[in-house]
This record gives sequence, C-alpha cells and structure tokens, in this order.
Amino acid sequence: MIDFKVIGEPIILKNARKICPEDIEKCMAVGRCSALKKALTEMTPQQVVEEVKKSQLRGRGGAGFPTGLKLELAAKESADVKYVVVNGEEGEPGTFKDRIIMEDVPHLLIEGTILAGYAIGASKAIVCIRCDYIHAIERMQKAIDDAYKKGFLGKNILGTDFSFDMVIERGAGAYICGEETALLEMIEGKRGEPRKKPPFPPQKGLYGKPTVVNNVETLANLPFIIKEGADKFLEFGVEGSHGTKLFSLSGDINWRGLIEIPFGATLREIINLAGGIRHGRRLKAVILGGVSGTLVKSDEVDIPVDYKSLGVIEAGPGCGTVIVLDETRDIVDVAENIMEFFKTESCGKCRPCSLGTVTLCKLIHKIKTGEGTVEDLEKIEKVSIGMRKASFCGLGQTAPNIVYQSIQKFREEWIAHVKGGTNV
Amino acid sequence: MKEDKSFLIEELLKIQEKSKLHYIEPEEIPKIAKIFRKSPAEIYGIISFYPRLSTNPRGKYLIRVCENLPCHIEGAEEVVEAIKEYLGIDFGEATPDGKFYLEKTSCLGLCAIAPVILINNKPYGHLTPAKVKEVFRGYMEGEND
Repeated sequence: MIDFKVIGEPIILKNARKICPEDIEKCMAVGRCSALKKALTEMTPQQVVEEVKKSQLRGRGGAGFPTGLKLELAAKESADVKYVVVNGEEGEPGTFKDRIIMEDVPHLLIEGTILAGYAIGASKAIVCIRCDYIHAIERMQKAIDDAYKKGFLGKNILGTDFSFDMVIERGAGAYICGEETALLEMIEGKRGEPRKKPPFPPQKGLYGKPTVVNNVETLANLPFIIKEGADKFLEFGVEGSHGTKLFSLSGDINWRGLIEIPFGATLREIINLAGGIRHGRRLKAVILGGVSGTLVKSDEVDIPVDYKSLGVIEAGPGCGTVIVLDETRDIVDVAENIMEFFKTESCGKCRPCSLGTVTLCKLIHKIKTGEGTVEDLEKIEKVSIGMRKASFCGLGQTAPNIVYQSIQKFREEWIAHVKGGTNV
Repeated sequence: MKEDKSFLIEELLKIQEKSKLHYIEPEEIPKIAKIFRKSPAEIYGIISFYPRLSTNPRGKYLIRVCENLPCHIEGAEEVVEAIKEYLGIDFGEATPDGKFYLEKTSCLGLCAIAPVILINNKPYGHLTPAKVKEVFRGYMEGEND
C-alpha cells in the first residue's frame, strides 16, 4: 500500500484511511455529501459555477486550466444532453495521486462530480479509470452503488428535479488517453487518438455534446469549495495558486509516497518532507510535473511550487509529480529512459511525435554508448524544438521537454558522453 | 453520433478477462463487431491501439514489468534480467508450457514500492533479483495456482 502524509489542514485526504469508504453511513456522518445537499437545496447552478470561479481552482491534471471557466463554458451551451467525464486515466510515470483518491476517498470524488454535473446541467458522468487500478475500480463501484441507494445519484436527487447518473468505463492502458479529447475517443469506442481543437469539449465533447473533462483531483476539490465557500479555499496556498496540492514523490529520497500540502512550499521543502536524499548523497536534479514536465537543477530547488513562481521559468506544478535524482544518476541514461517511454506511448497520429520520439531515442542511445558526435547532440536539440512546435497534441509537444532541458542544464555531461569526450 | 448502450473498450476488456490466456479469441471479433456496428477490421484496429488488449494468446500468468523512470532508478533493469533468465523468455514471449508470458508496461502508479511487477494484476513491489526467484518459486510449484 502506498503511504501518504498530510501537511497542515487537508482538503482532499481528510479522513482518508480513517473512515472506510465502503461504509457510506460513516462517511456521511463526517459530512460527506453535505456540499451536495447545500448546492441542490440552496444554490442555483450559476451560483455553483460562480463559487468555483471565485475559488480560482485550477485543473490538477497538468495543464492548470481554470476549472470555473471550464464549467462556465459548458454551462452556457444549450444542448439536450451534457456530460461530465472524470479523467482517472492516470499514467504519467511517477504519479499515483488519483489512485489514492479513488481508493481511499471515492465519495469525495463522486460528490465533486455530481456538483460539476449540477453546475453545467449535465445528466451523466462517465468515470474513466485505467484497468490496472483494480482496487480503485472496486472502491469506486461500491461507492457509486451506495450513492444510488442513498439517493445521491439517480432520478430526482434529494427530492429535487435534478437527475444524474454515473458509470465507470475502464481504460485499456494507453497514456495518450489522459489527453482529454483522446479520452473522449476512447469512451466512444475508437482508437484513442486526440481530436483537433477547437472545438473544445465544453462546446463539442463526448458524442458531440457539451462535456467537461476534469481530472480526479480537480473534482475532489469541489465539495470543499461549495461547503466551506470559496473564501475559505482562498485561505489555502499563495496568490495565484490556491488550495492544496497532492505530490507523488519517488526516486532517490528516503520516504516515497504521496503528500498533500498547501501551495507555496518550495521543492527543497518538499524533498525534506520526504526525509531528504537517501544514502547521504547530494541532490542532482528533480523532475517536476512528470516526465513531460520540468527538469529542476539542484541550485534551483528553492523555487516555490506554485503557478506564479514556476511561470517565471516557463514551468508549472503539472500533475504534482516529483522524481528526485541524486548525484550518481547519469542524465543521459535518464533522458534515454524518458524518451523510450514516449516512443512506446506516442499514438502514431502525427509524424512529428511518432517519428520524433523514435529519432530522439536512436540519437540518445548513440550518445549514451559513446558513438555519438556533437552534431548528434545538436540534432537532438533541433528535433526537440521541431516536436514542440509541430506535434498535434500535448504528448508530442512536451515529450522532448526533459531531454532538451537536460542538454541546456547539463551540457558538460552530454559532451562527456560524446565520442572522444572526457569522462566525468 | 449517438451514445452507445455500452462501452466498446470495456466490453473488449470483459471478453479478454474470460480467456485463460489473456487474449481476445478470433471468433469473438465478428460478434463484437456486429454488436457495435463496426467492421472486424475496425475492431482489430482498436484492439491493436490499446496496450492491455491483445489478439495473441499470452500465458496463464501474465507478467507485466514497469521500466519507467521511478522503477528504473530502483533497479528495474536487474529485476527484468533476473526474470528473463529465470524463466528463459524475453519480452513478448511465453514459456514453452504456456504458463508465463512476459510483457513490458508503462507506469502502473505503484512508484512508492518500485521496482514493481504485476503477475495477473497482483503487484509485487520492492523487488530485487533475489526476491524475483522467491516470487516465481511460488508460481512454479503451483502454490499460487
């Protein structure tokens, strides 16, 4: 079982592993579904949207899009059917936050999803969970069944005229299906290749209907915002980044697991919460926001992990993944491992990504084995820039991030691997 | 486009779960194609897209190993070598008796217990080459059957 820690007052992991989610009565006794009652009996859908907008909640899946705005866009559309899609297709290497939410606080996610549905006027939610998350699927299914029995799902919820259904659809393990339009394609029973945007899902989403696709953690924030109010939520974190964030910690640290912490902590503080670097070694770098994220060098770790501070270096907290590398790690080996992942997971729809990832793998391997030249290194940079500009979706655009940054930040190490280079 | 009554990917996973060898048997393809008003070729195209789905028989025990960065850091390479050596098979191969099939997988979200493998979806974490032998002995001797 994956361990977790909570720093300060939790929003998401409150009562996690204290109260068994299989007992809905107990969950209700500590306030579960009270936000739903409040919304349905005291608030209009517009007021729910306004409250979420006021909270400045941003998407926790990686892109950080303002959630309130997304809800508003879908709410404005008039259509006979609207959908909420819960993105539980977690697949970014080093990420396990959504797994823990679905396993340990499923009712929180369900409540947040119903709130999103009420806000936009949707009648159905599809919860996509990757098929490998067996325990999460079991827990979510039990929680959904219990919610139906208690009248939180189904026809005329809590005696109002709002009706809402929820089903689980398992994903068959494609990383690209974490991209929202690829996920919609998967639900529609097709190859999970991303769609052209615009139109965006809030206008034309699942089966061509207005749809909001939200990450699990994002939706799990909604019950707190509605119950306690946006003002209370704004007290958490720092300017521009409010609430708490889940960070999945792995790599060369003494404690590996999940932490929930208000926005504002620096990377160094987060590493220290994980007991620091193991074996008494020194820090080399941190991969922040997953392998499609940012490479933070050891002298940069005093930067606070929030949207505003990281925005300065054109980065973001992403999905909150922190992979720590100690001084013994070979950056070329790390780059090769990451590019192998993207080569495997590129969906094949566009050439810049499908060919770019293969080319980069070949070039990195050539350099790693001492056969590469300085020209090959330059080629890696060129291909990376090309992929970033020309790829169809976020996968190909972000795939070369770490490789490219590693050349900028650890050029001397790359040069040492190049043919005739000096070993460090 | 109209909403289907069921989800194709979910149905394909269910069909695959009925098979003891973790694959979608060829005779199932035309049946599912008819239900979802698609051609068998389209169904093959969809199955081939998703890493968890397969039209090739795998093995009684489907072993999936992660080699992504968090597992790589914890020594996944040595663990993979130990598995390959112990079972005498490479990725995409089954043991001659059809009991074990070895497959690579992308991150399983179990990075806190890396390096990790799944045997028929049961996770084994904090693996070392020595521990691999222990784990497989249980399956070899039929204790975990």
